[in-house]
Amino acid sequence: MFKLRNKDLCYGDSCVLRGISFDIQPGEVVALVGESGCGKSTLLSYLRELKSTEVAWCPQIAGLVPVLSVFHNIYAGTLDQHSFIYNLSNLIWPKSRELLKLEKLAIKLGLQDVFRVSIDQLSGGQQQRVNIARAMSQDKAIFLGDEPVSSLDEFQGLHILQAITEKYSTCVFALHDLELALGCCQRVIGIAEQRIVFDVKTDHINEAQLAVIYSHHPGFRNSKSEYAEKN
Amino acid sequence: MLKRTESLAFHTSARGMWQSSAYLLLAAFICLPFFDMELAHTEPGAELAKMGQGLLHMNFAIEGLFNALFQTLAFALQSVLTSALLGFVLALAWHWPGVRQLMTCLRSIHELFWALILIQIFGLSALTGVLALTIPYSATFARVFAEILQETPKHGYFQLKGAHFSRFVYSTLPRAWPRLITYSRYRLECALRASVMLGFIGLPTLGFHLEGFLKLGHYAEVSAIVLLFVLLALSLQWWTRRMFLSILFFSSVIFYPPLPAADIAGFQHLSLQFFQDIVPAPIREYGWQVFEIESWLRLADWFLPLWHAQILSGTAYTLVLGQLALLFSALLGLLWFPMISMNLTSSSWMRRSGFLFLVVLRCLPEILLAFIALIFLGPSLLPGVLAVGLHNGALLAHLVGHYSNEFQLRSDCHTGLSRYFYEVLPRVYAQFLAFALYRGEVILRETAVLGILGIPTLGFYIDSAFEEFRFDRAALLILITMIINVAAEYLALSLRRRIKLGARA
Repeated sequence: MFKLRNKDLCYGDSCVLRGISFDIQPGEVVALVGESGCGKSTLLSYLRELKSTEVAWCPQIAGLVPVLSVFHNIYAGTLDQHSFIYNLSNLIWPKSRELLKLEKLAIKLGLQDVFRVSIDQLSGGQQQRVNIARAMSQDKAIFLGDEPVSSLDEFQGLHILQAITEKYSTCVFALHDLELALGCCQRVIGIAEQRIVFDVKTDHINEAQLAVIYSHHPGFRNSKSEYAEKN
Repeated sequence: MLKRTESLAFHTSARGMWQSSAYLLLAAFICLPFFDMELAHTEPGAELAKMGQGLLHMNFAIEGLFNALFQTLAFALQSVLTSALLGFVLALAWHWPGVRQLMTCLRSIHELFWALILIQIFGLSALTGVLALTIPYSATFARVFAEILQETPKHGYFQLKGAHFSRFVYSTLPRAWPRLITYSRYRLECALRASVMLGFIGLPTLGFHLEGFLKLGHYAEVSAIVLLFVLLALSLQWWTRRMFLSILFFSSVIFYPPLPAADIAGFQHLSLQFFQDIVPAPIREYGWQVFEIESWLRLADWFLPLWHAQILSGTAYTLVLGQLALLFSALLGLLWFPMISMNLTSSSWMRRSGFLFLVVLRCLPEILLAFIALIFLGPSLLPGVLAVGLHNGALLAHLVGHYSNEFQLRSDCHTGLSRYFYEVLPRVYAQFLAFALYRGEVILRETAVLGILGIPTLGFYIDSAFEEFRFDRAALLILITMIINVAAEYLALSLRRRIKLGARA
């Protein structure tokens, strides 16, 4: 699916990531982990550019339309599948076919109660799930999510990530929450100091590797000890 | 499942917006049957060819052209600076209901009607021109400045100690200053247009020459004057630099002083005469006794024919024209704003040419557009709708386009018309409606005035009454335009509250 060899990702003169190399095979669920600002989003955007037509994209800043309903915001992900006339008439008189189809998705993400409510009346967590639903409405091969569940609690986040991986066999998530990454991904790529510091299967990860990327993180002590307890 | 889905209602913020638009559409459709599409049998082909010829062979050799240009500028500068100062003082007294109501009334009478009144007192003089703009503009400035000062964050004010005024000067005023200046610039552009308009009733501005040459069909001169005016309006941001502006202002006061035509004694006599003349004729001639049935009958004899022949039809025409022009300009605004929107037009030179198009269209005075449309289409509602709609459509497109540049869309956003309807339009719509409602008030004022060109709105009857020296009729008709405009303002305000937005345009 993706094949990167010694790639530098730069904005003008300042490089965010240097010498990146990895492959992602079809069917893999990969987490990119690292402190905030380490370049996860940049890498994810780059992956999206490589395969923009095959990617269901879930950006960190949702950019939903505040005055439109959850239904219309999810439908907006599928606009290119229909003719313009169909899209326009669905905006004014929502089609029952589309309502039925997207309501199933909304139920899966726990949005059934707010399906017909506009975005500006929702909580941050609900908006984030709408963002995921918008991405999931697209029948694409790959799901790329940039911190897709950051405003949800851990249990709900895991549940949603599992729903995504059920539909998309190939997924790449940028996650700051290590527990989640370990809970739902087969492979974890750690990023620190402008490069990849480890790239391992979830069951082979060890404490020393985590220490490298989260050494400055105040929450590191907790998550490390919890992780140690579990194993 | 299907039934349940269909029976469930949507609860979105878009709902209030759709409803408000539906009311406006409905009102326009009710007006549509009254819309006389009857076109005069003119030969537009020949006239258009003449116009094209004139555009190609512009003739700047017009006697008194530059004098008229400077007079236009002088009226605008003197009135805007005076009324900005007056408006600022009045804005500080805005919390008194009396001030607010008085300003609403003063504002609701159009500049041109003020000019028609003032001509009776001060004659065709510079003072008439300046006052005709200053009176309604002071009221407009007062309202807008008061709103700006209200919207300015107050935390600085509460941290300071001392008298109210010095705290205000050191906290609120500096924050509000840029917005006050921006608005004053915009008002100056309006004043230039209004100043041209004053020429159509005889004051010596560019409009005076424009009207003459338009009537004669001398388009070489017309296009020269229009070009000169457009350049003046487009260069506004350069000549409103502080130094240059004060030089311009003081030289305008020296060379074009706002003086009345007659001396003081003559002016006293004329104003006394005028205030007697606006009293309804039967009262003036026979006196007035409240308990005498005769008095009432005589008044009814005076009023009822006027009501049937002029007030009813003039009001209906004004309202129908205003509503249709509002709808037309709203549609044009929605159609044109993508030209300058970064989210919809990616090429920067296309945005720049769209910007130029809108700015030029917006700075052409409506009365000029209406006059040209009348030449082609004859005196019906259509030229009025076209003229007012084009001008206000360009203005709305400008405002909405700028607003649409304030947000960024998702990077995986689809393109083309679906992007317009699903991403951009819903985001700008509430703001667009607020702008359109504010324009609606202005449009209604403008449609009444277009009557002086022969479109039978209230302005037509007002102009005729002045020509026949029936000032009592004119006063009553102006009073009616005032009532209509005040009512429209309250209606627009309540609709704006409905979509929960305050906005100025």
